[in-house]
Amino acid sequence: MRRENAEPRRSPHRLRAFVPGLGHLALGHTGRGVRLMLFSVATIFLVVWRWDRFIDAFSTPFLDRWLASIFLILMLAGVIWYSLRDVGRIQQSAGEERRGKSPWAVAMRRFRENRLAVYSIYIIILFYALAILAPILTPYDPAAIPDVMANRYLPPSGDHLFGTDEFGRDLFSRALYGARVSLSIGLLAMIIAKTIGTLYGSVAAYFGGTVDNVLMRIVDVWIAFPTFYLMLMLVGVFEANIVVLVLILGLTAWPGTARFIRGEILSLKNQAFTESARAIGLPAHLIIVRHLIPSALSPVLVTAALAVAGMIGAEAGLSYLGLGIRPPTPSWGNMVAAGKDNLLNAWWVAFFPGGLLTLTLISFSLLADGLRDALDPKALMQKYV
Amino acid sequence: MLKYIIKRLLLSVPLVLGIVTATFFIARLAPGDPMDMYLEPQRQRQVDPEVIELMRKRYGLDQPIHVQYVTWIKNVARGDFGESFRHRRPVRDIVAEAVPYTLQLTILALLLDALFGISLGIISAVKQYTKLDKTLTVGSLIVYAIPGFWLALMLIMLFSVNLGWFPTSQTRSMNYEDLTMIGKFLDRLWHLALPVFVLGIAGAAGTARYMRNRLLEVLNEEYIVAARARGFRERTVIVKHALRNALIPIVTIYGMSLPFLLGGATIIETIFAWPGMGRLTVAAVGGRDYPIIMATTTIAALLTVLGNLLADVTYAAVDPRVSYDAPRKR
Repeated sequence: MRRENAEPRRSPHRLRAFVPGLGHLALGHTGRGVRLMLFSVATIFLVVWRWDRFIDAFSTPFLDRWLASIFLILMLAGVIWYSLRDVGRIQQSAGEERRGKSPWAVAMRRFRENRLAVYSIYIIILFYALAILAPILTPYDPAAIPDVMANRYLPPSGDHLFGTDEFGRDLFSRALYGARVSLSIGLLAMIIAKTIGTLYGSVAAYFGGTVDNVLMRIVDVWIAFPTFYLMLMLVGVFEANIVVLVLILGLTAWPGTARFIRGEILSLKNQAFTESARAIGLPAHLIIVRHLIPSALSPVLVTAALAVAGMIGAEAGLSYLGLGIRPPTPSWGNMVAAGKDNLLNAWWVAFFPGGLLTLTLISFSLLADGLRDALDPKALMQKYV
Repeated sequence: MLKYIIKRLLLSVPLVLGIVTATFFIARLAPGDPMDMYLEPQRQRQVDPEVIELMRKRYGLDQPIHVQYVTWIKNVARGDFGESFRHRRPVRDIVAEAVPYTLQLTILALLLDALFGISLGIISAVKQYTKLDKTLTVGSLIVYAIPGFWLALMLIMLFSVNLGWFPTSQTRSMNYEDLTMIGKFLDRLWHLALPVFVLGIAGAAGTARYMRNRLLEVLNEEYIVAARARGFRERTVIVKHALRNALIPIVTIYGMSLPFLLGGATIIETIFAWPGMGRLTVAAVGGRDYPIIMATTTIAALLTVLGNLLADVTYAAVDPRVSYDAPRKR
């Protein structure tokens, strides 16, 4: 149906949009409206429920509490902004479905069709949000050791969702703080690995010849090492704290990306768009950064999702072995290790942190699968042409 | 064929040299005195400084770094990795005892991987887009993502602690010596069951996925259409025509999966108290036993190179399209 009037209608729904979801409900988009409403109600509930922590955060010198409160405000602002914009968009296009034709828009639509991948992305976002909000959410101080004899090894209950550990610490609180460590290490290490790998591989491919040869022989050697052995060795050589661990994970995992990107760039660098960029005198680094890397990036996105999972898994493995993040700082890996000797009497100590870890890794793996399907150039072309 | 094998062997010589070099320099990157790698700092304080100087001389640490490097290469070539300072024995002997255990574990895991991975992949491809296929595909993604150490612990909790079906750890029972030959064999298998399962199952999930995609690709080719047109039964088409071509590239997948298996084995061996290279390395990293760390890391890398070599040679042997003489471009 086409609109006769090109000018957007002034509408009574505009005001309603300030209550997130109400505008959608009025326009008949019930599902999205209810979701937006639930989201904003949950956020407001959080602020009210933990009002003193929310406010106190601004007068403490702790960056993480500060971040948590800012994040809550941003969540609220974000949902209002989004619903305003979205209601406006729905009204503008009044019934007409807007279908973007760019490859990214097509990929986005294909991705949305994959329900498992969409749920995975929700879970991942939820976990990252929980991790950021940990100082506001956690019912107990993760490090506080109460009366040990009365509190140790309590099974999961309303008071302690995940039970307590051998020192009587609340495992739910520790798991949320552990999520901060595990999830941020995974993300940062992935970014380091992908950045180095991408730059390295594209430099090798673009310059070719001796440069390529030397650079790729280094990669060959690096790849020959089983990654986990390399990590173990580096952890043995350097004293591992969080920063060092991120660097170790990132610096061991880049060569795969380098080799992959090199292959992609090799096939791109003789195509017309590269030649014309060279013809107008663009310097090499700009050709690489502005033209070659963006063209090769979409498959990297798929491997990036897998790499986050790989890095989180590696960190958990190292911490499990007692060589990564060390207690009392909680990470999912060392929490599982803490429960490994008491599986019979206190199964929950190892089960819950490991379960969260597993759920995270599965989500990233399903997300990568969805991205792969959505970004597959062959499938893209079929739908596009 | 022989010429091809020799060529591949020669090509891996610089790679091996690179591996040995990398291990040396990574170890030398360590902050602090390289002397710490031979004698723990705590002990150094107790020992007479003159003795330390003497040791420094003996290990060649007073030499410039390039001389040390050449010495290291020479020693590795002779299989001499120095002496472990935890065990007070030559590293070579300790590692030689551990490697067979790791190989046992990884080779059995590879077999399990092949058995489950290939058959499930075939089932999945043949029943494409059915419920079974979808379950297998999503299931393999999920199994692939489960961290091995957590799976191991949960299986131990379920099967060893609660049900008592499998042993929790170790390679053999207490009464191993009293068993008959068959009893001994079964006892070893019984102890291998859980670690091999945990180690192999993730790989099996990956293989199943790969196998499915490969077989589907092959099933789309024209000669398959032709075979069907000639009226062969579907079973014959798949088993006799499609499968042969679909299985070939699986060989390379196995060559590439070796580093992951070795890496995964480190944690699994530690959990099951399996006296292999992985547990040795983990213990050595915990105890700063540098000679052992350097040795096992080098050997793990060399095993990987060997695995890739075997995979390449097997691939060349089974795929008639590979010519032995032309060097393959990477």
